[in-house]
Amino acid sequence: MATAAKNMDATEALIAAYVAPATEGKWARDARLRALTTLRENGVPVRRDEYWKFTNPARLLEPVKPATILETSEASMFDDIDKLLVVFEDGVLLTDLSDDLTLEGVEIETLASAMSKDIHWVGDIYGALEANGQNPVSRPMAALNTAVATEGLVIRVTGQVTKPIALRYMRSGADTDVMVHTVIKLEEGADLTLLESGPAAARLNSSLEVEVADSAAFHHVRAQGRDHERLAATHMFARLGKESRFKSFTLTVNGALTRNEAVIEFTGDNAFATVSGASAGDGAYHHDDTVFITHDAMNCESRQVFKKVLRNGATGVFQGKILVPAHAQKTDGYQIAQGLLLDDDCTFLAKPELEIYADDVICSHGSTCGAVDETALFYLTSRGVPKSEAQDMLVLAFMDESIQEIEDEVLANAIRNRLGGWMERHRG
Amino acid sequence: MLNIKNLKASLEDEDKQILKGIDLNIGAGEVHAIMGPNGSGKSTLSYVLSGKGGYVVDDGSATLDDVDLLDMEPEDRAAAGLFLAFQYPVEIPGVGNMTFLRTALNSQRKARGEEELNAAEFLKLVRAEAKSLKIDADMLKRPVNVGFSGGEKKRNEILQMAMLAPKMCILDETDSGLDVDAMKLVSEGVNSMRDGKRSFLVITHYQRLLDHIQPDVVHIMADGKIIKSGGPELALEVENNGYADLLNEVA
Ligand SMILES: Nc1ncnc2c1ncn2[C@@H]1O[C@H](COP(=O)(O)OP(=O)(O)O)[C@@H](O)[C@H]1O
Ligand SMILES: [Mg+2]
Repeated sequence: MATAAKNMDATEALIAAYVAPATEGKWARDARLRALTTLRENGVPVRRDEYWKFTNPARLLEPVKPATILETSEASMFDDIDKLLVVFEDGVLLTDLSDDLTLEGVEIETLASAMSKDIHWVGDIYGALEANGQNPVSRPMAALNTAVATEGLVIRVTGQVTKPIALRYMRSGADTDVMVHTVIKLEEGADLTLLESGPAAARLNSSLEVEVADSAAFHHVRAQGRDHERLAATHMFARLGKESRFKSFTLTVNGALTRNEAVIEFTGDNAFATVSGASAGDGAYHHDDTVFITHDAMNCESRQVFKKVLRNGATGVFQGKILVPAHAQKTDGYQIAQGLLLDDDCTFLAKPELEIYADDVICSHGSTCGAVDETALFYLTSRGVPKSEAQDMLVLAFMDESIQEIEDEVLANAIRNRLGGWMERHRG
Repeated sequence: MLNIKNLKASLEDEDKQILKGIDLNIGAGEVHAIMGPNGSGKSTLSYVLSGKGGYVVDDGSATLDDVDLLDMEPEDRAAAGLFLAFQYPVEIPGVGNMTFLRTALNSQRKARGEEELNAAEFLKLVRAEAKSLKIDADMLKRPVNVGFSGGEKKRNEILQMAMLAPKMCILDETDSGLDVDAMKLVSEGVNSMRDGKRSFLVITHYQRLLDHIQPDVVHIMADGKIIKSGGPELALEVENNGYADLLNEVA
């Protein structure tokens, strides 16, 4: 392939930078080999690629540079919530800081330990959802992750779980380069909330593959690392069965470069999915949400709700696609991406795409970009609210549409608090 | 209380003067009314006094109890005791009416060095005021003015006024879009705040509001100037003869 030839050196350099483990079960070896082949065929991302026009991938491929580390005391999240806490440092599970990995209705194990065994269901998901998501758009950083990741969890959910599983990613230093890969299977009718938070690394490559069986429900709330200059390329692949529900929300404040990709496929009828995010950046901040939702079933509803507040030259990107094949009648697809620019030198780039072959569908998308509403600002200040506070109120109100996609109000409020704190610290 | 001297103001973006020398003195406890044809600059006067952007003061002054208003930020004017009930109250999706009111009240109290109200104290106060204006709990919970009818928006303005207890209240066409019952509620709200010290500037297009809120002085404004001032009988004159005679008289 032409692209492969062009990027061959960079691709081989990247592969060489990460060492894949030697001893592991057949399914793991097969998945890694397949991913390596994919990576070599497609090559590492370059600016010319259709889905990298708005985001420069260079820093994801270079040797990692140290990030500015923020106070660790500020980093912890979801503290007041009853949960099963799993703590990682540089991607490696810390047993003494984590709870016992036992919870009714769930089987949890580290990826490393699962890799050495022949666990049938993991083999069906690990690298398989990712492989499926490489078409029609290649996702090289996800292929790299499948090829070399050794850390993360495998989680099988068999029933209604009483409390969330909370993954907290710590990092040991300013120059850490971390890869994690988590595989989740929700059996029929099962229900799980997954929380993710913590600074993670100077550079994080994370991959989450989730199989949601018929009538199962998956809730995901993530607060990405707040270190300045940190880089993150994350992928989330989901396969959704009949009447299943999938809800994923991500808060991103700070970070020099974030690329969050979500690849969702409806395989059973009458299912529901929402992928949403609130993103807030000041200065050297580039945040990219790239979403691809395939309605390969009837009467499913999908929502994409992304809000970004940007100041001092920060950049926000949204690339969202809904693909509706001819047989996916009664599809309801909603997509909104909005940028709120607090300064003139900020950039918001949106590329909404609808590709629809069925005739009986409702699909809508909207994308707007603007400044704070001066009329509303005057109304608030004329009642005595100081301008900075009034602006915060309006920004939080703007962002809230995305936060409202979170089902659990306690989790939503935890996100609101963190965003409110960021607003207070980043007043113009 | 409010003293306006030769106030001239233009639009920032266009070279167009709207206020062409306004003189107005409202003493403590007085109620003044401003009437005038559409486009004469009544709303502009209220905006310039309360500090809305987009206008440039070309000349003159405006003081509230000898404090220069025109140099202050809108929030400081509010804390100094100025309140404007908007002709077109603004809808603010995502900001709860109660949160807004409480933030506004406590910001003002803080700015004046007064103790902030806690949640319980605030709730007690807002419930009492809302009740007399027939504003139900649902309206209080909703986002500011979102989905409110015209009358509900105006009642919400009066609720804010009652809660913030300003010393100088400007009401910009609070009567427009109100039915008879709503007009009564709003007028009662205003009248109950008349305590001999608090002053009011009531901007209206029609005389009917002045049947309910009786003014001490009525001013007629046209083309950015006050062309005539008098007692309540001036409002009746406008009601009966329209503005044409008055305008001709001056011309
Ligand atoms: N922001 C603005 N942009 C353009 N024209 C304006 C603006 N504000 C006021 N005007 C003009 O100024 C004049 C006075 O308007 P206004 O103060 O609203 O009058 P009134 O309240 O007496 O009806 C009108 O001619 C109006 O068109
Ligand atoms: Mg007007």
